[in-house]
Amino acid sequence: MLETTFFYLFGGLAVFAALGVILSKNTMYSVMWLILCFFNASGLFFLLDAEFLGVILVLIYVGAVMVLFMFVVMMIEVNQAAKREGWLQYLPVGGMIALILFIELVAASTSGVFTTGDMAMTGHIGAEVNNTVEIGKVLYTKYLLGFEIAAIILLVALIGAIVLTLRERKDAKYQNISKQVNVRKEDRLTKVSM
Amino acid sequence: MTWLDMVIQGGIWALEILAIVVPVALSVAYITYAERRIIGWIQVRQGCNRVGPFGLLQPLADGLKLFLKETIIPTNANKFLFVAAPVMALMPALLAFAVVPFGETTLFGLWETAHVMAIANLNVGVLYVMAISSLSIYGILMAGWASNSKYALIGAIRSTSQMISYEISMGFSIVCVLILSGSLGLTDIVHGQEGGLLHWYFIPLFPMFIVFFISGAAETNRSPFDLPEGEAELVAGFFVEYSGMWFATFSLAEYGAMILISLMTSIMFLGGWYPPFEFLGFIPGTVWLLAKAFFLVFVFIWFRATFPRYRYDQLMRLGWKVFLPWTMAWIAVVGFATYAGDLSENLSFISDAIGFYQPWR
Repeated sequence: MLETTFFYLFGGLAVFAALGVILSKNTMYSVMWLILCFFNASGLFFLLDAEFLGVILVLIYVGAVMVLFMFVVMMIEVNQAAKREGWLQYLPVGGMIALILFIELVAASTSGVFTTGDMAMTGHIGAEVNNTVEIGKVLYTKYLLGFEIAAIILLVALIGAIVLTLRERKDAKYQNISKQVNVRKEDRLTKVSM
Repeated sequence: MTWLDMVIQGGIWALEILAIVVPVALSVAYITYAERRIIGWIQVRQGCNRVGPFGLLQPLADGLKLFLKETIIPTNANKFLFVAAPVMALMPALLAFAVVPFGETTLFGLWETAHVMAIANLNVGVLYVMAISSLSIYGILMAGWASNSKYALIGAIRSTSQMISYEISMGFSIVCVLILSGSLGLTDIVHGQEGGLLHWYFIPLFPMFIVFFISGAAETNRSPFDLPEGEAELVAGFFVEYSGMWFATFSLAEYGAMILISLMTSIMFLGGWYPPFEFLGFIPGTVWLLAKAFFLVFVFIWFRATFPRYRYDQLMRLGWKVFLPWTMAWIAVVGFATYAGDLSENLSFISDAIGFYQPWR
């Protein structure tokens, strides 16, 4: 019973926060609503005994990704009025996506796959099964290739980002610490005979 | 489960939370006192010694003073976020204590088996602490942005980039601990170090111990990495516009995070609640853990009295060019050592040596 209560709490808050993201006028508030939404999603993972996924969601999305979002939002000045303009222009595409998603969700929820009986069956396994270990076992054996490909893609993106933003500045002065430490008295002082 | 059971369970949870939050708040108050006395001692002066015997009532006097001061909200500040920011900063600092195991107890023989003294004995405890402590960035960012002041904003941005940079090397040094302990649970990590000083992880992971502790100092914005506060150029960084209790809340969060880092270092590298030698086992484990943690808090204060502040580029250099390669190299070393025996028979002495710290394998 407690679990059902918490499910409705997390689920309801997640939906509410998601609405807040798109409805709030201030972009800073949108970012914060999104953070709340991630929190509730991670709460849902915890209810499913997937505490590894729940914590990773907070660690990656809330702890890292949203910080960068917030950085960007803080730096750029968003014109409140201009944001509202031209929403009619995007309405057909956006409305289409929304409609398709809605139909998909309704179809999925009425298909009988997610009936309450099946959901209850997949419930709790027991404290001796550690889902971090289980995920690790599957990830490094069955899905090793996919995992490695994802890692390579991330590495490429990382190097790409560095290459795009790195620029050598000729006028800037850099500190070379090993050079500083290795300096000897003879390098700096010369004896001049008068 | 009836309603009565739920109420009783809720009451027990509330008591557990109070049993951790109240000591944390009290130790924060007295760490500020200890900091002033210790720095005074190091700098050959008195420190605060006027209020009460040896100045012991000074934290209370400070608290009262801050409580009575007016909270000033700057014009054009975002009022809601301005007020919410200190709370956002304090919340993660306290939340992370939920998984810290303070020792094992049988409650004077009442229970058959030893129970771990933690609110939640989560089996992903390390990740939880990392995730929650990374949230404290938001309090700082919001404070900087909502104050509508350039100094506060620059302080907030500095603080954030610093925390993001050092979180990485911190995470990698934790990975080394995880290779040895084979578990993400803080309790299992402590259990892996049972059996005296030689079993503690700081011996095989000495560089990681140093990296973790120094990154912790950077993560909590402690001196010599207190650039976000940089009085000389930024007045007081992100909380320049705050006064009274809201200002005190930021300090509470900072010192709370400092205690947390000290506890985590003791748990992961210094054997948690185990005594260094068997014959000292008559002292309760909790006392050992707190003693280790407070020694590390003393080291934090010692840092502050000893080292001048880093320059910003030096700070970034240390994080990215020194600590990050070190930690990655050490992961490779520990990982190789663990599986060296499988590669060739001649190398098995390496994995035997590291196996001393991996009794679960």
